[in-house]
Amino acid sequence: MTRKSRRLILIAACGSVLALAVGLILFAMSGSIVFFRSPSDIAQQGIAPGTRLRLGGLVKDGSLKRGPGQTVDFTVTDTNATVEVQYKGLLPDLFREGQGVVAEGTLEPGGLFRADTVLAKHDESYMPREVADALKAQGRWQEGGAKGGPSPKPATASAEKTLGPRSER
Amino acid sequence: MIVETGHFALALALAISLVQAVMPVWAARSGDPALRQTASQAALGAFACVLFAFAALTYAHATSDFSVQNVVENSHTQKPLIYKLSGVWGNHEGSMLLWVLILTLFGACVAVARNSVPPRLRANTLGVQGLITFVFVLFIITTSNPFSRVIPAPLEGNDLNPLLQDPGLAIHPPLLYVGYVGFSISFAFAVAALIDGRIDAVWARAVRPWTLTAWCFLTLGIAMGSYWAYYELGWGGWWFWDPVENASLMPWIAGTALLHSTVVMEKRDALKVWTVLLAILTFSLSLIGTFLVRSGVITSVHSFATDPTRGIFILAILILFIGGSLTLFAWRAPLLRQGGLFAPISREGSLVLNNLFLVAGCATVLVGTLYPLLLEMLTGEKITVGPPFFNSTFVPLAIPLLLIVPFGQALAWKRGDVLAAAQRLFAALAVALVIGLGVLALTWGGPMMAPVGIGLGAYLLIGSALEIVSRARGYGASRTRSLGQIGRRAFGLPRSAWGTSLAHAGVGVVVIGIAAQGWATEGLATLKPGQTLTTGPYTATLERVAPRTGPNYEEAAAYLTVRNRSGDEVGQVETGKRFYPSRKMAVTESGLLTIGASQVYASLGEIGQDGSVGLRLYYKPLVLMIWLGAVVMALGGGLSLTDRRMRVGVPAKARGRALPAATVPAE
Repeated sequence: MTRKSRRLILIAACGSVLALAVGLILFAMSGSIVFFRSPSDIAQQGIAPGTRLRLGGLVKDGSLKRGPGQTVDFTVTDTNATVEVQYKGLLPDLFREGQGVVAEGTLEPGGLFRADTVLAKHDESYMPREVADALKAQGRWQEGGAKGGPSPKPATASAEKTLGPRSER
Repeated sequence: MIVETGHFALALALAISLVQAVMPVWAARSGDPALRQTASQAALGAFACVLFAFAALTYAHATSDFSVQNVVENSHTQKPLIYKLSGVWGNHEGSMLLWVLILTLFGACVAVARNSVPPRLRANTLGVQGLITFVFVLFIITTSNPFSRVIPAPLEGNDLNPLLQDPGLAIHPPLLYVGYVGFSISFAFAVAALIDGRIDAVWARAVRPWTLTAWCFLTLGIAMGSYWAYYELGWGGWWFWDPVENASLMPWIAGTALLHSTVVMEKRDALKVWTVLLAILTFSLSLIGTFLVRSGVITSVHSFATDPTRGIFILAILILFIGGSLTLFAWRAPLLRQGGLFAPISREGSLVLNNLFLVAGCATVLVGTLYPLLLEMLTGEKITVGPPFFNSTFVPLAIPLLLIVPFGQALAWKRGDVLAAAQRLFAALAVALVIGLGVLALTWGGPMMAPVGIGLGAYLLIGSALEIVSRARGYGASRTRSLGQIGRRAFGLPRSAWGTSLAHAGVGVVVIGIAAQGWATEGLATLKPGQTLTTGPYTATLERVAPRTGPNYEEAAAYLTVRNRSGDEVGQVETGKRFYPSRKMAVTESGLLTIGASQVYASLGEIGQDGSVGLRLYYKPLVLMIWLGAVVMALGGGLSLTDRRMRVGVPAKARGRALPAATVPAE
């Protein structure tokens, strides 16, 4: 086998593996990416039912209702618009009314958001970054501390930002 | 006082590491070998200083010295001692100090390992290592000082995040860091070779033990982190394709590629430029991982208090080392003497294919991890790239890679014979196919990929066993059929052969464990005492819910009895909800019942006023094989590390010839 043909085979192998990788990435990018939306986005944009998305905002005070068989209903708000969410499963430990939450799932034709994943903050002083940004966009959030860490920062209490969006499935 | 001394020791380490960085350059200019020796002494000195600083911080944590800010924020008098000690690195400042401690430890090891590295290469390597140490110590001192004081000192600390109060914290970060930081040595060797403009098989032999050590620890660290997330986070997943996990996976993949390409370089004196580039890329990915995890661009359990100056500093370090080394590579690599091209069908050809697939897989993970960050930066659009993306990009690239693992082993160096290799692997292929089809028939109607994965894992396991057998049997005239002789010869095979086989078998075990998760089941119910929940072949009965008190928490624990299909008791599981008053934070403690390599996993939900509890129960068949397989892989690497070839240094190789081996170019 000549030097030239060996080099050709090497280049062909590199090229085909690279093409395979690029092809796979492009294919996956078109189908498996989930966008983040706030309740106002959903109200304004008219998102097609069945689209998978991440909904973020605050859990509205007094909206949490527990149904039979570990089904929970709650309302997510960004203070301008609200979305009803239904979820079947165990809620994260730090899921609270009045606190930030991110839910992943699909929007049903009636406007109900059926979540299969609910993510909450994992530290008292932490708000999911997407939620903080979305609330800021609504002008409802005053930044209290360092950028990205919207919690008020007392001198000794740590503004630790811990365990953010991990999915419960 | 000890705290101030620790702070001073850190400042001293900064100065010493600068000496370590500068001296080899000076030595090269002045041609004075005595100056070169200074780099070794400086490396030891820097290690001693950082060790002292680390010990001082540990002392402050152990004695709950609340005049130190770092202790106030992360400790509590009632916290058990093990978490006081491991809490040293359960925060940003302390974990960076651990990072630097391991960095200087590796530097000291290179300085002490006298016989294995030519002096000039060692001095240059230590110089690069010194520069890395200097920059990171500067980062700690200027932006993340763990020794800053609080006046007046509070009486009580804020306690460590309850999620981190787990034995995993004592094990996972040190293992992972030894892996991450260990690749800095391969990087330093690569940069030293580029500066020197010379690279050969001696270089490959010198760098291989370090790469292998780092790789073994990184394997264990990732596995430990995965198991910790599995049992602590309470939703039964073992890998989330979370950016912080990807951050540790990427250097691991690149490091695996590097391990394989150094073999080619050592044996065949080829792939030199590529190996140098891989060494640079591997540590660059470690740095990117550090940046992602420590700068706060990604929120996770790993990101602590965020401070924009830190992110910018780490980004600057990233640009300095990645940009600098790649520029050096572009400038100097053409000077390196290229190795010859080789036949595509050969052991080295298959290793090139291995590298191609690994690098392509690593690239897909990198794209999936960085794309959301770049998109948000450029357009403001927030997206999530989750498991579906990685499952449809990384997995299709991993499967052909796994298929060629036993194949490459069966091919000879220089010129292989596909037909002969296929014949040797025929048994493995046939048995794996039978196993896969058998499993498929038994679980008909279940997920299709699981039997495929089981068959693939079996193929890898049998393939690595066959490799040992056929090597022991010998080739050509020395081929034997006597079982006793095969056994004796197998025993006499080099440890690296056994190590390779063991590591590849470990991959097979991991693949089987992952594939079996296709049959995992889960159940969810609201239970009152006496009621049951069934998932897979097991049924759990809620016996009672009772309060418990821990050292720094209150807990409501649910006691469950697990029975199999025929109603026999298999074991007891406890799962609880802990409340930590100091942080006002609740944490679910999941309960695990191990049955063989499988597990029943219970997670407690909301406790209702009427005494009912929410319960999630998972059945995870063969799940332990995922982590045991990783341990087997690391053991294989460790075994390979004890091989004679690794210990025999350069001078021994040049025995009988010129005394200072470094002056003998191996080319």
